[in-house]
Amino acid sequence: MQLRSWTPSRRETMGLGLAAMLAATLAPRLVMATEEAVAAELKKLYGDTPMAPGKIKLDLPEIAENGLVVPLNVDVESPMTDGDYVKAVHVFADGNPLPQVVTYKFTPQSGKAAASVRMRLAQTQNVVAVAEMSNGTLYTAKAQVKVTIGGCGG
Amino acid sequence: MISRRDFVIAATAAGMLAAGARGAFAQAARAGTMTQDDILRFDPVGTLTILHTTDLHAQLEPIYFREPSVNIGVGEARGLPPHLVDQAFLSYFKLAAGGPDAYALTSLDFDALAGSYGRMGGADRIATLVKAIRAARGEGNVLLLDGGDGLQGSWSSLQTKGEDMVRVFDALGLDAMVGHWEFTYGAERVQDIVDKAPFAFLAQNVRSMEWQEPVFAARKMFERGGARVAVIGQAFPRTPISNPRWMIPDWEFGLREEDVQKQVDEARAAGADVVVLLSHNGFDVDRKLAGRVKGIDVILTAHTHDALPAPVMVGTTLLIATGSHGKFISRLDLDVKDGKVAGFRYGLLPVFSDAIAPDPEMAALVKEVRAPYAADLGRVVGQAGSLLYRRGNFNGTFDDMICQAMLAERDAEIALSPGFRWGGTLLPGDPITFEAIANATAITYPACYRNMMTGKQLKDVLEDVADNIFNPDPYFQGGGDMVRVGGVGYAIDIGQPMGKRITDLTSLKTGQPLDPGKTYAVAGWASVNQGVEGSPIWELVERYVAAARTVDIAPTGSVKVSGA
Repeated sequence: MQLRSWTPSRRETMGLGLAAMLAATLAPRLVMATEEAVAAELKKLYGDTPMAPGKIKLDLPEIAENGLVVPLNVDVESPMTDGDYVKAVHVFADGNPLPQVVTYKFTPQSGKAAASVRMRLAQTQNVVAVAEMSNGTLYTAKAQVKVTIGGCGG
Repeated sequence: MISRRDFVIAATAAGMLAAGARGAFAQAARAGTMTQDDILRFDPVGTLTILHTTDLHAQLEPIYFREPSVNIGVGEARGLPPHLVDQAFLSYFKLAAGGPDAYALTSLDFDALAGSYGRMGGADRIATLVKAIRAARGEGNVLLLDGGDGLQGSWSSLQTKGEDMVRVFDALGLDAMVGHWEFTYGAERVQDIVDKAPFAFLAQNVRSMEWQEPVFAARKMFERGGARVAVIGQAFPRTPISNPRWMIPDWEFGLREEDVQKQVDEARAAGADVVVLLSHNGFDVDRKLAGRVKGIDVILTAHTHDALPAPVMVGTTLLIATGSHGKFISRLDLDVKDGKVAGFRYGLLPVFSDAIAPDPEMAALVKEVRAPYAADLGRVVGQAGSLLYRRGNFNGTFDDMICQAMLAERDAEIALSPGFRWGGTLLPGDPITFEAIANATAITYPACYRNMMTGKQLKDVLEDVADNIFNPDPYFQGGGDMVRVGGVGYAIDIGQPMGKRITDLTSLKTGQPLDPGKTYAVAGWASVNQGVEGSPIWELVERYVAAARTVDIAPTGSVKVSGA
């Protein structure tokens, strides 16, 4: 199943009339989530169930072209049969005001556990995905996305 | 460089560099009798020749261009080419000081050697070399590729939106190009060039935002010298970050490493004997990519303006670095046997304009495309009292002049000038023409803004840009040099992580540290945002130079670098 979910229509809301360089420095005035906040969310969902790295392919740009609409593709390796499938995938961002980005639920009828979304990232931070398999085991993957001011390349 | 250009590698003995010392050119140069034939002399290998130009920045006429005296490598690139300068560069490549190699490839004794060896580049000189090589090798055996940033960087290219250079590339018989600054003419103009140009515009890593469909052809197969050569284009992956995204609002870039691999595999499946990546990634990014993507024979690097007299090898992939501004062209002969590269010979050919006869047809074309702007180009505004150069990781004297102009003309306390790597060099005593100013400022978003910024915001800007250059992982680097500052000094520790590199931001006027909470008047130009207000930067610089008459700028030393 390929989801193409909500995308903000207005991409140019940053820094009107200001220098490019100012835009990114405004964001940190908000209180941002932390790695611990992501861990706390996961604890609420899954208690102390251990999470292993692997199975999840997290496709993100190394540097966001636009922090307001960062493309994310997540693809979890699974046969997606009645006996062995991916139940859910949660995506978190540890440097946004709220850590939750999106949760996808799958069934064997989904065919594959893959989805795409565009998310807003306030600053350079880690994006964390956790996949819950039908037997209850958990897998995780993490990638850093740099949100830069830009403007001086050459 | 020339003494090292006769390297041959047999595929069976990869890594065994056999240096065939070529004394003739060096001797001729020492005797002051360097000729076109010396520059062109080349012992051919195989039947296929690839010629590479890159980062010409629309320089139609020969110019001076001083290579950097500061070029710091970080992470795995530390201490490796291209991050060697001056004596370290000469020692690494076993080149003599004080000769044409040192002049072309380093900043050592630049003023003095420039007097001996003259300007470099020029479309008519490049045409002479290209024609001579085609004549010697046979038309059907030569592939001419340009690595991008060819259509931007001069007054006539800005006025014609790159059309002057499109005509020059057409006349050169270019086979394919890739892009970066080309995109700053806007999506519509780029599409127009791609539709009409007689050469291919290749870029595998640009997608439409909405549908993720390829915007440009990703690769093209050429049959040359009896071989099938697949050329894959890689546009500058960070274009929408480094340059205004609003000019190309529907396009998404990115490195797309997995897609490079797919293109390589498809090219091989389609019968390619040789796979070339025509890249504008920048050297360190390409070095990393070469270790991760399998099956590329040659990466023609660009963007970071490095000129290397010998290829860098990553596994069996050859990385070629041709420099910038038309100072050099690269010649790579490949011996292709049984569908594989069995050997090569490489030469970085210096385009010494005084030693090379201009090609009359190209000279006529250059004259024609410049004619409508002759009055502006030739207007003498003032004189350089000292060496004015741009290139280097930190402030150069040309940008110091631009910063001085902004401080004076916009009544600012602090000035910021972007870390562009393009723009010519002026020798002490040279006239400062409007053309020379345009060569360092001709962009499509030239407005010089004036804003209030806090000390903290300014530090954040410097931290952000510094991480773009000194992040130890090349995939997180954006190219370019550090933003130039006027009115302030700072210390930078390269080895620290982002947020901790910049300290001691100090006002040069008062000698006081900048207060993070206080606001300061900041002037700058080349903002990537839409709707920025202010006069074009070249107008301010022209006014400043005209008032100063003679511009004397000593290197400031106001940036203290450590941790390199």
